[in-house]
Amino acid sequence: MAVVVILVLVAVGSVLFHLLSPWWWTPIASNWNYIDDTLIITFWITGVVFVAVVLFMAYCVLRFRHRPGNRAAYEPENRKLEGWLAGGTTLGVAAMLTPGLFVWHQFVTVPDGAAEVEVVGQQWLWSFRLPGADGKLGTSETRDITPENSLGLNRNDAAALDDVVIEGGELHLEVGKPVKMLLRSVDVLHDFYVPEFRAKMDMVPGMVTYFWLTPTRTGTFEVLCAELCGTGHPQMRGTVIVNSAADYQAWLSQQQTFSQLQAKAGTKETAQAGNAAPAQ
Amino acid sequence: MVDIRHGTGEQIGPAEVEDVELYHPHSWWTRYVFSQDAKIIAVQYASTAIAIGMVALVLSWLMRLQLGFPGAFAFIDAERYYQFITMHGMIMVIYLLTALFLGGFGNYLIPLMLGARDMVFPYANMLSYWLYLLAVLVLVASFFAPGGPTGAGWTLYPPQAVLSGTPGGKDWGIILMLSSLILFVIGFTMGGLNYVVTVLQGRTRGMTLMRMPLTVWGIFTATVMALLAFPALFVACVMMLFDRVLGTSFFMPAIVEMGEQLQHGGGSPILFQHLFWFFGHPEVYIVALPAFGIVSDLISTHARKNIFGYRMMVWAIVIIGALSFIVWAHHMYVSGMNPYFGFFFATTTLIIAVPTAIKVYNWVLTLWRGDIHLTLPMLFALAFIVTFVNGGLTGLFLGNVVVDVPLSDTMFVVAHFHMVMGVAPILVIFGAIYHWYPKVTGRMLNEAMGQLHFWVTFVGAYLIFFPMHYLGLIGMPRRYYEMGEAAFVPASAHTLNEFITIMALIVGAAQVVFLFNLIWSIRHGREAGGNPWRATTLEWQTPETPPRHGNWKELPVVYRWAYDYSVPGAAEDFIPQNQPGSAGLASEEAS
Amino acid sequence: MSVSLVFLAVILLIAGWWLAHQRLFSKPWLEVGHTHDPRPHGPPVIAPAQIGLGVFLVVVGALFTLFISAYFMRMASTDWWSTPMPRILWLNTAILGLGSLLLHAARVTAEQHREETSRTALIAALASGLAFLAGQVFAWSELTDAGFLIADNPANSFFYMITGMHGLHILGGLFALTRVILKTRAGPIGEKGVLSITLCATYWHFMLAVWLVLFALFSGWANDFVELCRQLLT
Repeated sequence: MAVVVILVLVAVGSVLFHLLSPWWWTPIASNWNYIDDTLIITFWITGVVFVAVVLFMAYCVLRFRHRPGNRAAYEPENRKLEGWLAGGTTLGVAAMLTPGLFVWHQFVTVPDGAAEVEVVGQQWLWSFRLPGADGKLGTSETRDITPENSLGLNRNDAAALDDVVIEGGELHLEVGKPVKMLLRSVDVLHDFYVPEFRAKMDMVPGMVTYFWLTPTRTGTFEVLCAELCGTGHPQMRGTVIVNSAADYQAWLSQQQTFSQLQAKAGTKETAQAGNAAPAQ
Repeated sequence: MVDIRHGTGEQIGPAEVEDVELYHPHSWWTRYVFSQDAKIIAVQYASTAIAIGMVALVLSWLMRLQLGFPGAFAFIDAERYYQFITMHGMIMVIYLLTALFLGGFGNYLIPLMLGARDMVFPYANMLSYWLYLLAVLVLVASFFAPGGPTGAGWTLYPPQAVLSGTPGGKDWGIILMLSSLILFVIGFTMGGLNYVVTVLQGRTRGMTLMRMPLTVWGIFTATVMALLAFPALFVACVMMLFDRVLGTSFFMPAIVEMGEQLQHGGGSPILFQHLFWFFGHPEVYIVALPAFGIVSDLISTHARKNIFGYRMMVWAIVIIGALSFIVWAHHMYVSGMNPYFGFFFATTTLIIAVPTAIKVYNWVLTLWRGDIHLTLPMLFALAFIVTFVNGGLTGLFLGNVVVDVPLSDTMFVVAHFHMVMGVAPILVIFGAIYHWYPKVTGRMLNEAMGQLHFWVTFVGAYLIFFPMHYLGLIGMPRRYYEMGEAAFVPASAHTLNEFITIMALIVGAAQVVFLFNLIWSIRHGREAGGNPWRATTLEWQTPETPPRHGNWKELPVVYRWAYDYSVPGAAEDFIPQNQPGSAGLASEEAS
Repeated sequence: MSVSLVFLAVILLIAGWWLAHQRLFSKPWLEVGHTHDPRPHGPPVIAPAQIGLGVFLVVVGALFTLFISAYFMRMASTDWWSTPMPRILWLNTAILGLGSLLLHAARVTAEQHREETSRTALIAALASGLAFLAGQVFAWSELTDAGFLIADNPANSFFYMITGMHGLHILGGLFALTRVILKTRAGPIGEKGVLSITLCATYWHFMLAVWLVLFALFSGWANDFVELCRQLLT
């Protein structure tokens, strides 16, 4: 009998926990509220099924538990019932899958005119790159990475020279503007994850992955790494700040471009080379 | 094909089944240690799996202590933490669940349930166990190797698995891990050939496929899948071993590791993920299908009712087995693979939910109008349904590609797969041990200890993993040594983590009661007799309990399916499969 | 993974064909008391060992198909330069084929109770197997001498790895073959002896087939074929 009580408690308790507990997602800050909606639909459908199955079990145990003289019914199968159940399940599954696929189609279709932002992951640091005045990101290559050129940008590519490079700093985005995040890693797998944006994607060394979003409210959000990348994985944090258009431009104007950084490193380098010259 | 005539009651003598030649042991060593008897091998497999499983249990305690009380235990540093989670996962999935279901239950039950004297290749069967043991020893050795075991996570994703930022990456850890897996696959293949060919060729007279208990169906299908899926793990391991030891670049692109350019170039980390999950997803069902089969038999026996919709159950097993090979990339929705694959894999993944749901309905409908004996196996079966339904439904979140995006790599995933392929199959294992222990030892397990074990395990495990989903919903990522401060994580979430840790310690402690019961009852348990559950299947009809070498005096002949419980008009509420006569003819009305 | 999926589809078709003959749609609860066993009476038509070997070869097939899948997927990368084929591989192929023929002959002669001929053929097959392995090692050393090292290029890595894996399977086959030779070295070769020889022969034919596929793969013919399939599909 204790089983019946526990089964009912599990069903009712789970629902109450879902409704009453303080643990729920953090408020959204991007256009992906469709994802949240699909999730809610899934919660409803699966919740009903779970409660129904568990309560039905509890009823069966209560009603048909063994008592002396009882004998079970004999019923090898019931095609009609099984057909109905299979049909109902298929409908439920379709009800979850269909909106899911529509939203996925949106998720993988980057709108024209989305601004490009590059995120580069390395153990255990985030760096960012924005296209400069020409609006184009220059080419890059992991093989070209040196201490002075930590993102491996192509020095011979004019498009790369004016790119804004933010090494280990904060990324700013403009509210209401769709942005395509281009993701790159120089060592191991990472995953650019901002819980408020809902979207995330792995960063794979040797290739460029992407996702897109439109930030919908201003604020400061934490960037986490969501793909195990070694012992420093939990410390790999960064910051994304969503600004209004004016604040964003103010911030952008203070950033340094690749060529500026190179020039700065160059003066340091020539100084060092000068010191090192006698040794050669 | 032989023409099937209905209604002509021809009796066949058992002599028509060719007797297999049995290996006859000559010494204590060949009888109990280097034994070729599937029943002994089963016990060896099960004991080894449970022993290494206890290591995994302790590891889970250690990682939970860190998560619940970060920093309180100085010896758990980040490196050790990642080694603990990696070893815990690998041991549970491969060395405990796979080995116990196929090597343990498969070896014990297939020959007995099919009325065979033994597996068809006893020698290969023995080798299978010894290779498994060797694989376990190599795995254990990595704990003592310089640098310790690998901490790459059980998925062993390159490049980090073989780089210095990961514990064991540049030491022996990863090499021993990969070697151990390779040994395991070779050993499993030897055993797997046995299980498959025994089902194909070793069935006794009258044991048609459709008269096989669902346990055998589950284990058989899982074995076929494993034989096709494990080569992918083998290939992935060999290639990664080449990358690590010989400096090739199968999975290694150009990498700047901590400011230093490595020699590798051009390789594809995604290639590894495809190979890994081509094995990894069928692996989920390799664990689940035997559990499905066993739990069907437990429910039917202890509810004294035939399993509802037997044919549907068989078809569902076969369909799930086939479909599980085309859903692997649902583990890779956010891996950076071509995003258009998402449409295909989300659809196949959600389609697989339909046959799985049908199985759940049929278990529950078997209870309907049954005569439910709330024995320990039945309690565990009920608990399995609850946890499996819960974990299966959260699978619909993660399988639906776009819903997976926010939830992937969070604690939601951890909660989901622990519920569906951790807790649920292990509850079946417990139920199955309480069910078949009397056949293996001749004695019952102690009921009071069993009740204690059941209640703490079921309620505790649910309290651990159900709330954990909500940590993931908050956005808490998995595989974090410490969450630290984050704006989106409320302080109460840390309290929840403490609660989960305390529950984990309690549930773990309950397993000690179970272990004690296993050992204590060998001598002190109540005498069971040959068929304590009044079950129909052949293993309960052996002339001796425990069955001797060779199982039968004269091979049994099967006259009916495995589920003749409460047949109208029959004197008893069960008719063994090897009982001739037309006692079941009344059943025609019920069709 | 498309190569692996094609392989799997073939295996599933075979499994499905077999299942279709197992009366999966019958209602077992109605069939009580008499035999409904579709299997012919008497001892099984195919020896369990033969079925066992068949299943094992499926596993080996899956293994090599996965290697080939990985080969094609890795090949898409830009850093791929094909490895030249050492000429001795042609000779090795012929030797492996010869071994296959010899084992076939050993089986036929054993069935005809021409024991001595059969034994000679078995030993010749063993020798040809050893010669094949020696030839493979020679091919390796020729490649390394020419500067094609294992870690230099993915094509080289695959060549060494896959031929090595194939060689290990041949080595395993040679162990089994040696055992059969020792078991049948005196007296008439009984039914069990013939079965053992048949198993060896089947295994050898299969490994020859695998080798031919690998040969086509390394020499680049397989690429053309796959390219053709791709064009047909799109």
